Amino acid sequence: MLNASLKELASALDARQISSVELTSLFLQRIEALNLSLNAFITVDRDGALAAASAADASRAAGDAGPLTGIPIAHKDVFCTEGLLTSCGSKMLSNFVSPYDAHVVSLLRDAGTVLLGKTNMDEFAMGSSNENSFYGPARNPWNTGHVPGGSSGGSAVAVAARMSPVATGTDTGGSVRQPAAFCGITGIKPTYGLVSRFGMIAYASSLDQGGALGRSAEDCALLLSAMTGFDGRDSTSLDRPPADLSAELDQPLTGLRIGLPTEFFGPGMDDDVRAAVENALDEYRRLGAETVQVSLPNAKLAIPAYYVIAPAEASSNLSRFDGVRYGHRAAEYGDLADMYSKSRAQGFGAEVKRRILAGAYVLSHGYYDAYYLQAQKLRRLIADDFARAFAQCDVIAGPTAPTTAYAIGAKSDDPVQMYLGDIYTVAVNLAGLPAISLPAGSGAGGLPVGLQLIGNYFEEARLLAAAHGLQRVTDWHLRQPGDGQ
Amino acid sequence: MSRSDWEVVIGLEVHAQLNTVSKIFSGASTAFGAEPNAQASAVDIALPGVLPVLNRGAVERAIRFGLAIDAKIAPKSIFARKNYFYPDLPKGYQISQFELPVVQGGTITIRVGEGDKAYEKSVQLTRAHLEEDAGKSLHEDFHGMSGIDLNRAGTPLLEIVSEPDMSSSAEAVAYAKTLHALVRWIDICDGNMQEGSFRCDANVSVRRPGGPLGTRREIKNLNSFRFLQQAIDYEVQWQIETLEDGGRIEQATVLFDPDSGETRMMRSKEDAHDYRYFPDPDLLPLVIDEAWIGRVRAGMPELPAAMKARFMAEFGLSAYDATTLTTSKELAAFFQATVDGAGAALAKTCANWVMGDLVARLNKAELELDASPVSAAQLAGLITRIADNTISNNIARKVFEALWNGEGATADAIIDAQGLRQVTDSGAIEALIDEVLAANQKSVEEFRAGKEKAFNALVGQVMKASRGKANPTQVNELLRTKLAG
Repeated sequence: MLNASLKELASALDARQISSVELTSLFLQRIEALNLSLNAFITVDRDGALAAASAADASRAAGDAGPLTGIPIAHKDVFCTEGLLTSCGSKMLSNFVSPYDAHVVSLLRDAGTVLLGKTNMDEFAMGSSNENSFYGPARNPWNTGHVPGGSSGGSAVAVAARMSPVATGTDTGGSVRQPAAFCGITGIKPTYGLVSRFGMIAYASSLDQGGALGRSAEDCALLLSAMTGFDGRDSTSLDRPPADLSAELDQPLTGLRIGLPTEFFGPGMDDDVRAAVENALDEYRRLGAETVQVSLPNAKLAIPAYYVIAPAEASSNLSRFDGVRYGHRAAEYGDLADMYSKSRAQGFGAEVKRRILAGAYVLSHGYYDAYYLQAQKLRRLIADDFARAFAQCDVIAGPTAPTTAYAIGAKSDDPVQMYLGDIYTVAVNLAGLPAISLPAGSGAGGLPVGLQLIGNYFEEARLLAAAHGLQRVTDWHLRQPGDGQ
Repeated sequence: MSRSDWEVVIGLEVHAQLNTVSKIFSGASTAFGAEPNAQASAVDIALPGVLPVLNRGAVERAIRFGLAIDAKIAPKSIFARKNYFYPDLPKGYQISQFELPVVQGGTITIRVGEGDKAYEKSVQLTRAHLEEDAGKSLHEDFHGMSGIDLNRAGTPLLEIVSEPDMSSSAEAVAYAKTLHALVRWIDICDGNMQEGSFRCDANVSVRRPGGPLGTRREIKNLNSFRFLQQAIDYEVQWQIETLEDGGRIEQATVLFDPDSGETRMMRSKEDAHDYRYFPDPDLLPLVIDEAWIGRVRAGMPELPAAMKARFMAEFGLSAYDATTLTTSKELAAFFQATVDGAGAALAKTCANWVMGDLVARLNKAELELDASPVSAAQLAGLITRIADNTISNNIARKVFEALWNGEGATADAIIDAQGLRQVTDSGAIEALIDEVLAANQKSVEEFRAGKEKAFNALVGQVMKASRGKANPTQVNELLRTKLAG
């Protein structure tokens, strides 16, 4: 059951081979066994999960069950969950029990999913290794000395280690795709605006987008279909007809034009990653897809543009964490300014402070034009690059990350090196495009390699079909880390 | 050197609270006077993850204002974040409009002064933009701590910025009063200055005639027209004295202390915040198309300027009367209703009564027009009886007072009940004249000796004998005939 797909789980539940309470208990046991070493969950809601499972069983018995009824799930701790700690991986919110549910949380609750708990993450989703969590790093189940990626590291670990069948994540610069790649699972970030950001604690509002992590494209399609939909509480939510992303999974790949950007295959990529990606591309060619060379000449500017825009928005988004109304407040302080500075100095970790400072700097008088406005122009150029590329191809392929998962601590003293790990993912967020990462083989040390497919706007179904097509003829996504227990 | 050697330059920024039912970015109520924080929603207190959604009603009110002052309604305007920390600013930023405001330009015509010295002047507006109000910090009753009330947080404001077109406190007050009347006229603001619904900031500088603009100081938060006048007068005097004493004016923000009648420095330019404005990524650009403007225009009331022109053209009123009657929506409506009742032919009499006796009586009783004990219909009834000679002007004042005191439902009822009908029977009047002439031989002789005054005394005696009811014109004519005869 731990290895079953969502479809198989639903069939088993339908056939009464197992109840949701039993299934939930199974995953709760798995979490109990592994969480101490993997640190995937910040909060495990055992009682809530069993109660929800019991309610799901009752719904099913009453003949009122959808494809996700009774399916256990984990939410990244960036999503507000009513009555549960919602820490965002930060000391600042280590006492914050949300009084309301994020839109995604209520959609998935209404769909009958059973919430196991909240997963570990880089503080306020700022990071690529999960090392920036106030709760300590989540660990890569393929090698617990290595990072799981970030910022949705806990969600990726939970899925990879079979602690949850699927999990939600958020992706601002690669935070779903890169941990999916590092942990050998599938993760999709949809077009900006498809998943409501209401109740998703903001890092960089114009880039943040909820996404789905699962073991396969098929599972991601089911989960993402249930997460999307217009929400009037988010002004950037797109009002589009509901999409059944599972419906087109079996589309043949014959004639699919896969664009290979020169810029994604240059130096800077590790050899094992390159080999795995080339191998996956060969597989696509065998399936009838054709590959074409495309160019994203401004992609190299994505990292600097991202590290201006994201910190700028973050510096403002995180201003509400001032110790006045909720969250951490310093125990002792003098005047108001002292209360602010002590509460925030104590409540935020180093990377969050670094980005707040950088963001405040690029927005300040005299620097705004040179940094923020310039970055917005780059953003437009990058989006234009993609538009030109999609005139020649249906999807764009390349590595998700230049390396496999690195050792914990290897890059934590060098933020710029860490930022460069996002080189293939951030451009997608700047353009607002959908993209998926899927397992494409093993690199050195048996660590997974991720293949990234980028689609045009609203082409989630095509991306999922392309990923599913590969997963029908390969078994990389079925491989699982040894428990080591 | 005297004050007349200096030219005063004043621009006003007015914050008009828009009278929407709910807040500008949340569904919470805007009603004044609720228990602290009873009207603060999750969005207003800036819980993690919440997002703003723009209130269309607030935008429509901005459009109404733009149409009323003949301004440009921006087809696209941008909401920006103004970043600063304060406990009553829950997000750590205020959502406002910065580079692209919704209303651009426009003109307001003011009438300054009384009588022969009155003159008209056009004041150009720079812009009007939408923004949210902050909450309130309460520094009393909390034992050395501060209380925060967020009921007002998120209340919609229209900040209306004039060009520095005013050159005296009288002009500034005239502008503020005209603007105050206008926002109430078009029903976008209740204008309640005690509750802070209409707050003025005045930018004041002085210069030598024809010289370059002086350095301005901004007087904040003037919440009455009297304070506006006092504050500007004090500030102008202070600036002139400072300059004449060889001092310099430093750009600063000052507060007016109504108790001392002085302005005092709040912060200097050096202390000015860097607000790090940038477009709010949570809100899309505000797009207003012609169709929307057209719908708003269709619902606009007749504006004061148009109504003034109509009163002059349709009713033959003087410019002075028409201006006075259109200083407030209530006064204009009362006048219009009176004319509707009495007939357009009596419009001038209606104008005299409304502007004269009615307003004087209201002032004496310290009542607002909407609390007038005499309705427009009652006044029209009274005016009708003056016109058809049922009563004289003098008796009409008695009837008016009786209506005011509720002695009857209509002028007719009071006239009948109190026997005030005018005596127009020549025989009856002649009989009275005969009595009076017989009893006042001395006056008769004086008149015949050429003293015209004596005639007036005799008229007065006849009127007195009729208890005011004799038709004065008839009395005049008949008396003259008798004396001549």
